[in-house]
Amino acid sequence: MSVVIVDYGMGNIGSVSRAIEECGASVMVSADPEVLLVASHVILPGVGAFPDGMEHLKVNSTDQVLHEIATKGTPVLGICLGMQLLADSSEEVRKTQGLGLVPGEVEKMSSHSGTLRVPHVGWNEVNVVTECPLFKDIPDASDFYFVHSYYYLTRQRDHVMAETPYGDNFTSVVARENVFGVQFHPEKSAGFGLRMLKNFISL
Amino acid sequence: MLKTRVIPTLLWKDFGLVKGIGFDSWRRVGTVLPAIKVYNRRDVDELILLDITATVDQHEPDYTEIESLSAESFVPLTYGGGINNLDIITRVLRAGADKVAINTAAYDNPELIQQAANRFGSQCVVISIDARKNDKGHYDCYSHSATVRTDRELVSWARQCEAAGAGEILLTNIDRDGTMEGYDVEMISLVSAAVSIPVIAAGGAGNAQHMLEAIVDGKADAVAAASIFHFTEQTPAEMKRYLSQHSIPVRNVNNKK
Repeated sequence: MSVVIVDYGMGNIGSVSRAIEECGASVMVSADPEVLLVASHVILPGVGAFPDGMEHLKVNSTDQVLHEIATKGTPVLGICLGMQLLADSSEEVRKTQGLGLVPGEVEKMSSHSGTLRVPHVGWNEVNVVTECPLFKDIPDASDFYFVHSYYYLTRQRDHVMAETPYGDNFTSVVARENVFGVQFHPEKSAGFGLRMLKNFISL
Repeated sequence: MLKTRVIPTLLWKDFGLVKGIGFDSWRRVGTVLPAIKVYNRRDVDELILLDITATVDQHEPDYTEIESLSAESFVPLTYGGGINNLDIITRVLRAGADKVAINTAAYDNPELIQQAANRFGSQCVVISIDARKNDKGHYDCYSHSATVRTDRELVSWARQCEAAGAGEILLTNIDRDGTMEGYDVEMISLVSAAVSIPVIAAGGAGNAQHMLEAIVDGKADAVAAASIFHFTEQTPAEMKRYLSQHSIPVRNVNNKK
């Protein structure tokens, strides 16, 4: 097994590495296409804004490498901004094209006329919509830690693995074959978060 | 739905944890790493770690220590103390903190809030506001660990911070802090009504009823506390059980892993 976390200059790489180690696996952090292409599992972390994220991914053509990896069938997990980057585009700051690995758009969360706080910060329940291996041994409606102002609007319902209620239900877990995305931070969601990461590296 | 958070605050002075009353009379209460480990073992919601002498003594954050501490935390950790430029924020986040709390530096340089939000995202930026009521019944903001009164009024400052891109506000009442006599609910509700970003209430928690008041009457999104967890037998889990019994949505009161 070789779990590799994509180092593209954005993302809490330390926390994600530490969490994977806590799951009992060794992990590498790399921007090197050679390393990424032979990984058994690839994790795309992400903290910050979408346009910056894409700009950083274009350095060293990491975006193209991710396409190759996805086509090969390697399991890929996008976390938070990393999940959003899987989309076709985002309206954050300015309309920007994403990786287009799971069809959909990223939009700003609504405060519902000021009745809801944005950013969405804290623990919220993740309700499974489609059976997905990430949820093995995790009770349905478990809480995970969210901190974001934008959400993923999938184009196809069958790519929605789980939803979370905040005003309306928004998609909190997406998957398309071997490519997965989670809006919350499993590396910061205590026991169930670690279990989810373990499930990912067991794929 | 989104759960209300109970957040233990750890105050760090020199090499250990301390707790005071009204930001004074600091007592040693242990060391940081064991506290972080214990809280994580007990499934805490989130942690706040504040280095209370960094700004006053003008030293940078202890990045190595932050790295060791955040390595033991699998729930979000906010670090505050001496955050006054983007380079420091970069290093603190790289060391493993999930969010930074900015207090004094924001008064001298409000642009820092916008710059930090642009570079790292609002979700990483918590503005920490220490305030006390003056004899005219209004709230003044204080800097430098509550030793310097600024010319900022609380509500307008909170609004300014939100407009500049702050992700959350950590709001502490200086006079209530350490007293365990209850939060300043009036102060909390003033800020909660004025902003649309999450407000974390701090200063004065002595029991779960105080927390309930901060949430129901003050409309706080989260409650932070220190003395109650250092000096009494009460635990965050007990606080959450009480809140849950009073219909406040909290995390993991019933679920057992």
